[in-house]
Amino acid sequence: MRDRSLVVWLLLIALLLLLVINPLARLLWASFQHPDTGALTLENYVAAYGRWRHVEALINSLVIGLAVAVVCTVFGVPMAWAVSRTDMPGKGLVWAAVLGTFIMPNYLGAVAWILMAGPNAGWLNRIYTGLTGATAGPFNVYSMTGLVLVIACYSFPYMFVFTRSALDLISSEMEDAASTLGAGALRTTLRVTLPLALPAIMGAFIVEFLEAIALFGAPALIALPARFQVMTTMLWQMFEFPPRVQVAAAYSMPLLLITVFLFWLQYRLIARKGFVALTGKGGERRLVRLGPWRWALLGYCLFITSLSFFMPILVVLQAAFARAWGRGFSWDNVTLRNVRFVLFDQTATRAATVNTFVYAATASIIALGLALAIAYIVARRLVPLGRVLTYVAMAPFVIPGIVLAIGFYAAYTAKPLVLYGTAWILILAFATRFLPIAYTNSDAALRSINPELEDAARILGGGRILALRRVVAPLLRRGLAGAFILVFIPATRELSSAIFLYTTGTQVLSVLLFDKSDEGNFEVLSSMGLILVVVTVALVLVGFRLVGRDFLLRRTAT
Amino acid sequence: MSRLVLTDVSRRFGSVTAVDRFSLTLQPGEFVSLLGPSGCGKTTTLRMIAGFLAPSEGTIAMDGHTISSPRSTLPPEKRSMSMIFQSYAIWPNMTVAENVAFGLEVRRRPKAEIRERVERILDVVQMGRLAARYPQELSGGQQQRVALARAIVVQPAVLLLDEPLSNLDANLREEMRYEIRRLHDEFHITTVYVTHDQSEAMVASDRIAVMNQGRVEQVDAPRALYARPRTRFVAGFIGRTNLLDGEARGEDVTFGGFAIPRRAFAEAAALQGRVCFSLRPQSIQLHRQPPPSSDRGAVVVGQVVQRAYLGEHWDYTVRPASSALSLRVTTRPHEVFAVDEQVWLELDPGQMAALQPE
Repeated sequence: MRDRSLVVWLLLIALLLLLVINPLARLLWASFQHPDTGALTLENYVAAYGRWRHVEALINSLVIGLAVAVVCTVFGVPMAWAVSRTDMPGKGLVWAAVLGTFIMPNYLGAVAWILMAGPNAGWLNRIYTGLTGATAGPFNVYSMTGLVLVIACYSFPYMFVFTRSALDLISSEMEDAASTLGAGALRTTLRVTLPLALPAIMGAFIVEFLEAIALFGAPALIALPARFQVMTTMLWQMFEFPPRVQVAAAYSMPLLLITVFLFWLQYRLIARKGFVALTGKGGERRLVRLGPWRWALLGYCLFITSLSFFMPILVVLQAAFARAWGRGFSWDNVTLRNVRFVLFDQTATRAATVNTFVYAATASIIALGLALAIAYIVARRLVPLGRVLTYVAMAPFVIPGIVLAIGFYAAYTAKPLVLYGTAWILILAFATRFLPIAYTNSDAALRSINPELEDAARILGGGRILALRRVVAPLLRRGLAGAFILVFIPATRELSSAIFLYTTGTQVLSVLLFDKSDEGNFEVLSSMGLILVVVTVALVLVGFRLVGRDFLLRRTAT
Repeated sequence: MSRLVLTDVSRRFGSVTAVDRFSLTLQPGEFVSLLGPSGCGKTTTLRMIAGFLAPSEGTIAMDGHTISSPRSTLPPEKRSMSMIFQSYAIWPNMTVAENVAFGLEVRRRPKAEIRERVERILDVVQMGRLAARYPQELSGGQQQRVALARAIVVQPAVLLLDEPLSNLDANLREEMRYEIRRLHDEFHITTVYVTHDQSEAMVASDRIAVMNQGRVEQVDAPRALYARPRTRFVAGFIGRTNLLDGEARGEDVTFGGFAIPRRAFAEAAALQGRVCFSLRPQSIQLHRQPPPSSDRGAVVVGQVVQRAYLGEHWDYTVRPASSALSLRVTTRPHEVFAVDEQVWLELDPGQMAALQPE
């Protein structure tokens, strides 16, 4: 008497293999495949790493990754400590600004920083020359330093969130224990509090590094004009016509291996040390009294967030509604023309706007449906070796978007399954990329439902499918709405995988924004970015209502 | 009302044997409890009866049809059983009435019949007024009643209960024990009740199967189980007891320091070599003076070592002279003895249950 639903489960497992395993396998295979003959060869690796230019890009990526991680630590850790452990005023404002930073796509941040620190015309340079009478300002975003700063501005929220959740879990009793032994506030913080949070900080350091080396948007907007290359921009150039997929596959292997290794390391760090001290119950928590220093700390937080959020959002808003952004803030410079142009007048941007939200929504539904089904199969032990399915569903988490895109390209441009050129390749790539987010959330939602509720429906004659429909689905609805938003938001802004997979007619806003960047029409770029930001903010507000204030800046992504 | 037969049912999880060759026959309409400490395999057995788990070995048959065997297991939804879960498993997205109606809807009963049967059963469990409430608005005891109504309304062939009272407070638990028995007397559904609480099992059951480490130790009616435990485990698990090790030789059974004539025991013929008896604390009489000797009983002189007054009774520890034994004795509140006082213990061999050798 076989469970008839077994067929459904097997189908879903097949889909998982199609989305995750096949692209990865084809990527690996392509890297050893001769472009013309298809024979096994190492030539691709020679082509990929035989040129100094290519190796230099790899080194640049690693240097930028390390620098970004350091800057993020300097930005994020004091802010997290201030918000979590001290009596600093204006915590709500700081928190909101970090959330705002998180909501800005990194490439929009890059656009904003070009407006702020472009040589000569940038706002900061104009203010500097205006104040000092100098002929040229000191700021130039088109540099290695500029790129590191921009990337750090848009990745430090991870550091903030990781550190803050760790600090939130340390009970005051542990600090009190040190105080009763005669340690002062400073010594207690340095010897007890921070070491307890150290595994989380180191974990975040690794995440920041990986974020930075996998990023495509900001590097492409800044590094290319500055005439240097990183791995991701190099990969992109390998895809310029005619695409050299095999070489790109070979070139992306170190990126993939580094990522897998470091995520493993990060997992070990958190698993071994991270929660030993943190699992105890929270206990009463008291805040460190800073006295006058609390204003200094607030100043620091506001300084960082004005680099990452306040100034950028201001210049983006100005540019989006300006006839010409360089003419500054005045009423006669204000217009709705750009926004109207993007939303209605120009077919390309109008189509891209529609595509963005349709693709993101479809991808989110697919990712959630699949994730939920897999989580269910694993939780109820419906097939042997369910743990393996968990690993497969979580695997995209350690695959940089750009590498995943090359895998999709390698897998689905040739028969038997040609998806390239259709919207589906983008949708499926997005669904795969954010499958881990969908999976962690589905799994959590499912675990909150006592299996006995389902057993009760079955023993009364319900059958598994009926139990799912009548009992499990209604109970999951709320949790899944939050999960949908968490997948949908990154899917609307995804650039690094889209840039390899779009064709004419399947452009999305992020791609279009990037495409138009070399035209120098920053007013239109800002408008497009702003549309994404506005939609995201609206969704975040819905998420707050559904799931609670912490739902976006939680640590579930790990 | 169905007849349920479990034959040599075993269940292994990896290398752990959770249930080991379990056999039991439930007569139609019988109420049997599976009683044992946590981890003894009782819930695993119940889930095998329900069809959530397949046995590794053995078969389960209902009314002559095999419903579980290692090769094929009828899914739970096809067994026409009901189950009450430890968490009650009342669906929070449905009202009380919707919860209770679910099983009837699945069985495609006409709407009018469903409404009428739901109403009736809710009245039986005194929940009629709360039919439109959602589970979150109910107390634990009320949720328990909904779970009972939901399980009974479908007139199941077998009713399964998995520690249904463990989440209730003490008073409510006592009330619901009688309620469950009352419902059984009203509907006569063949019932398997899993619990680790002996008084729950004693109140509600026709028979109790005591389980330990995956095996059945003894299946008996509550009184027999208490009066004539057959293993050390059962003797110790059901109520308090004294275990007396002795040796049957010739005409006597000797216990370090005193002897009792073999013919005084019920199982006289079977006693051979090393033997062990269970003797309940209230089956021992204490006397200040030597009692008139009887020809069946045994009188042993001893000394009170320890005592405690518990309101309803006294609890003494007495050490027979020239013996390493220490016996627990309970007496009525007015039988007062002092610590170190010399007493005469009167043991009734008729109440001493011979235990199976280990």
